Amino acid sequence: MTVLEFDDVTVGYDTPVLREIDLAVDEGEIVGVVGKNGVGKTTLMKTAIGLLEPMSGRITYDGRDITTETANDRANSGIGYIPQGRDIFPDLTVEENLAMGEHVNTAGEVTRYEAVYDLFPVLEERAGQDGGTLSGGQQQMLAIGRALVGDPDLLLLDEPSEGVQPSIVDQISQDMRRINDELGTTILFVEQNLGVIRDMADRCYAMERGEIVDELGAADLDDEDAIASYLAV
Amino acid sequence: MKQALSQARYGIAAVVAVVALFVIGALAAPNLTFRVYYAVSFIVLAAIGLAIIFGIMGVINLAHGEFILVGAYATTLSVTKLGVPLPAGMLVGALVTALFGLVVERVIISGYVPNWIGQQTVGRDLIKPFYDRLADSMVATFGLSLIMVQGARIVFGNSINQIGVPFGSTAGYPDYRIALVGITAGVLAVVYLLFTRTDFGTRVRATMQDEQTAMALGINTERTYMLTFAIGSGLAGFTGALFAPLLSMQPTLGSQFLVEAFVAVVVGGASVVVGTSLSGLMLGPIDALFSDEFGEFAGRIALLVAAMLALRFLPGGITGVVDRLRDRMEGGS
Repeated sequence: MTVLEFDDVTVGYDTPVLREIDLAVDEGEIVGVVGKNGVGKTTLMKTAIGLLEPMSGRITYDGRDITTETANDRANSGIGYIPQGRDIFPDLTVEENLAMGEHVNTAGEVTRYEAVYDLFPVLEERAGQDGGTLSGGQQQMLAIGRALVGDPDLLLLDEPSEGVQPSIVDQISQDMRRINDELGTTILFVEQNLGVIRDMADRCYAMERGEIVDELGAADLDDEDAIASYLAV
Repeated sequence: MKQALSQARYGIAAVVAVVALFVIGALAAPNLTFRVYYAVSFIVLAAIGLAIIFGIMGVINLAHGEFILVGAYATTLSVTKLGVPLPAGMLVGALVTALFGLVVERVIISGYVPNWIGQQTVGRDLIKPFYDRLADSMVATFGLSLIMVQGARIVFGNSINQIGVPFGSTAGYPDYRIALVGITAGVLAVVYLLFTRTDFGTRVRATMQDEQTAMALGINTERTYMLTFAIGSGLAGFTGALFAPLLSMQPTLGSQFLVEAFVAVVVGGASVVVGTSLSGLMLGPIDALFSDEFGEFAGRIALLVAAMLALRFLPGGITGVVDRLRDRMEGGS
């Protein structure tokens, strides 16, 4: 079953940044979107969560047209979002940051604090500490944990490896796999770190200059050169 | 947890110090102590609603004095015309002002109503919300304040009958004014608990720090802003209600609060409760002593001089100093 679908979506500010995007994510999949800096990956994620409205085209979630739905309505209906650069609330404690994630998937009536603390024990240890005082890697864990607390059906991740040290990046890739396996969360992520893409994705879309130019299946992901040709490496 | 406990310790120590000073002062020099604490209460109550709306929404509400006027008039009219008991009349005053604030937020501040009309007629929004548009919000609310003052004059005339001051006096000082000191502490406690110990308060602080991320996490930021404005307005109305027995009921009564409110917000800085209460504690004695010694005009000049000095030497306000001190103490512990 298709969870999220972009049908001929064009997005922009004054001029189009994304053009005629067709993309589909099926239930239980981990789908990556790869591309160099400035190709429109973050714009794609912001459009998926509803922070940007398409100029044309249609977006559906669980078969429902959400093209004009607000970001908070999309989150309430089960889409979790981890923005680029984490964007945790620095003056809220770790516990309060996580509590804000309860507004994701309000229909689900399930909270996943246990799973989050199991994945990231440091968050439980530092529950009373302000989010802004955590290290970069811990802030990334907090951002992931915050999006998971409400038990989303679909998780959107915008460059999870950005600004995080390599050992933590590997950990995050494994954690996302675990989340997908154990909680059954469908994941769509954008990334330009080759290792993360190969570790996490079941399949990938490649983007260039605001368009999807290729689709890479599981076999293509074994071919390092096939992915690297779309990245700034 | 350790950090939260240490913050609570500082807060409790500050409250104990203020209460101890009040008790010692009341025994040693009762009249002066009551005057100073009343001035502190006046400043804190005048500023609290404005501080919430400015600190959280980035809106400078120049009609704040007129929101106080709405509370004072609604209280006075419900007591004198409808025969409602004074405490219930005060709640009516706060509630009417909160509802009025809700309408102002929907029609002017968020632009929801004109934009809905625009979408239905010309297919586009007509105005951009005034959130975080300081200068624009000043112009819009200044216009509103002029309309409200003239509107009150047209509807109610140049004055309405005043309510009598309740209670008697202690050491020649009205008990009602002493009671206001306790009520101010209660209001500060309720506001503090609302913004730090409830889900609504956490949502408000999250929206204040990063509106887009808050939206993407499912928080209805528009509703959060709307309720925040209503709460700030309701507190302004409650201030008007509390001072209704002490003021002559004229359409311009709001202007008596505006200078104190703005100076307290500027000196207080970003934190609504800590900033407003500490600036009240700093400015209250200045206002009381200068007003007593040289008259009310001198008291206001002294407040403005204090604000200028604070802007020069404490650009982050008292909140900035408190944050720096806290960081230093926690870093050293």
